[in-house]
Amino acid sequence: MRDTFSRILYQVAKADPKICIVVADISPAGSMNQYREEFPDRFMNVGVAEQAMIGFCAGLAMRGMKPFAYTIATFALYRPFEQIRVDLCYQNLPVTVVGIGGGVTYSVLGGTHHAQEDIAIMSALPNMSILAPCDPLEAEAATWVCAKHQGPMYLRMGKAGEPVLTANAPDAFQFGKARCIKAGSGTAVLSYGIITKMTLELVAKIEQEQGGQVAAYSIHTIKPLDQEGIVSILQKYDRVIVVEEHSSQAGLAMQTKALAYESGAKCKLHTFSLQDQFIHFYGSHGDLLKQHGLHPELMYQQIYA
Amino acid sequence: MTAIKPKLDAAASRTRCWQMRKRILEVSQKISALHIASAYSCLEIVDTIYHSLMRRDSTGNSPDTFILSKGHGSMAQYAVLEQLGVIKPEELDLYCQPGGKYATHPDYRLPGIEASTGSLGHGLALGIGMALADNIQKQDRVIYVVLSDGEMEEGSVWEAMLLAPSLGVKNIVAVADLNDFQSLGQTSKILPNFYPFGEKARAFGWEAHEIDGHDPQAVHDTIAARRGDKPMMIGARTIKGKGVSYMENVPIWHYRSPNPQEYQQGMDELNSAYHS
Repeated sequence: MRDTFSRILYQVAKADPKICIVVADISPAGSMNQYREEFPDRFMNVGVAEQAMIGFCAGLAMRGMKPFAYTIATFALYRPFEQIRVDLCYQNLPVTVVGIGGGVTYSVLGGTHHAQEDIAIMSALPNMSILAPCDPLEAEAATWVCAKHQGPMYLRMGKAGEPVLTANAPDAFQFGKARCIKAGSGTAVLSYGIITKMTLELVAKIEQEQGGQVAAYSIHTIKPLDQEGIVSILQKYDRVIVVEEHSSQAGLAMQTKALAYESGAKCKLHTFSLQDQFIHFYGSHGDLLKQHGLHPELMYQQIYA
Repeated sequence: MTAIKPKLDAAASRTRCWQMRKRILEVSQKISALHIASAYSCLEIVDTIYHSLMRRDSTGNSPDTFILSKGHGSMAQYAVLEQLGVIKPEELDLYCQPGGKYATHPDYRLPGIEASTGSLGHGLALGIGMALADNIQKQDRVIYVVLSDGEMEEGSVWEAMLLAPSLGVKNIVAVADLNDFQSLGQTSKILPNFYPFGEKARAFGWEAHEIDGHDPQAVHDTIAARRGDKPMMIGARTIKGKGVSYMENVPIWHYRSPNPQEYQQGMDELNSAYHS
């Protein structure tokens, strides 16, 4: 996703002289070379200074520029939280905060690098929008959306090497709309971000064990959430499963439950999130997720227990 | 349209600041909290920047930008904007009241207000972003940012101070209103190592000067003589509550508004001081 982002950012910057990128000493390394060569004055490194990064981006945006602020998700959001709230959201400025390693992608780097409550925190901010693409193709579409967006945006990205999942998706990517990425009936799964890969493994498991075709949706736009779209999914399917790489507090799972309650949904609803606790377990990204029950086999057992 | 740099008329500045101190005192009678002493300490600084440093074209528009990073001193900025005709007297009469637009802290997109401040430590980085955007877009603008000494305790200010010269930003003038008071007491006692300030600013790569912040001539001449090869930081020594004896250097006036009796005393003092 990092490479996709920098490749698309180059195209975006070529098309629009107001685009710029401000990094806090973290950069998509090699893939930014072409951008930096062609637009040296539109690449700024503020050093390890995230508060300055966000405030500085706000100032650029107040002069009509369209900055992308870029670093690891935890540093991008948590250190300069008040700059995001006041400078970007309160003033409603078109700045995209790119968080690399959303969720627990940086598994072995430990809790300091795990963005496991980012969606909850950013969702609570008025004017903020949130995009969490599930694969490089969605990352490409999302980057274009950010470049044209009129307010603050949090772009939650993975890291590198994510597989393409949406090449044959029935629906096109549309900001603010739940996107069907695989058709099915009876059962539907909802997820966002890079855990969508695991969600599709769960889909395969269900189809193998239970037969039929399971539908899958990418809820790439977490805010504004496509409430209407989710309610219609809750009405259309008998069983809806939400999988997210985020705390159980105020993520997609909790919001889907609220929508199910409000709309009087009759479907069975299963939700899988990270637990509301820090992770002191070390291993691969998949190992960490499994510790919190996010694994196709474990989820399958729970759903069909 | 060419923007012209105005000249300083120090006598006119003193008259305006006298009028504005009275105006601010008048507004203080409508609400309980005003940060009146914080506005009085930076009044000459704000007045001089607006009237004598920011360039204006024949329609009164300025290419330059003013950010009051110490947003709690907003009454100083509002009073100056009222003098300039940007804020109407009836709008300032509704300060902090239902139907009013101008409140304790400046709000972005209101006429005359270039940034939402009030949380300390935000304005300098914003100003540096604007300044760099102006360089990229080849706009000849100068950004003026007024900070408080208490505000300089925020780490974000020092991040921004390190950043400006590193990015080659030169078209910014920051003025720290050194009234030596913050909510709970004297800055020089709470964090004594804040001083000496000028040396720190120079070490961070700024052209730095320390001046008397109540002297319009000093504010004007020092900033007008800006070398332009570095960002500029002025340490402006001031008196918190300047102009009203019982407010000067007394911490409660950071926030409190005077009662009717105190109001009268303040008015009498301001009137006699001006006429003497």
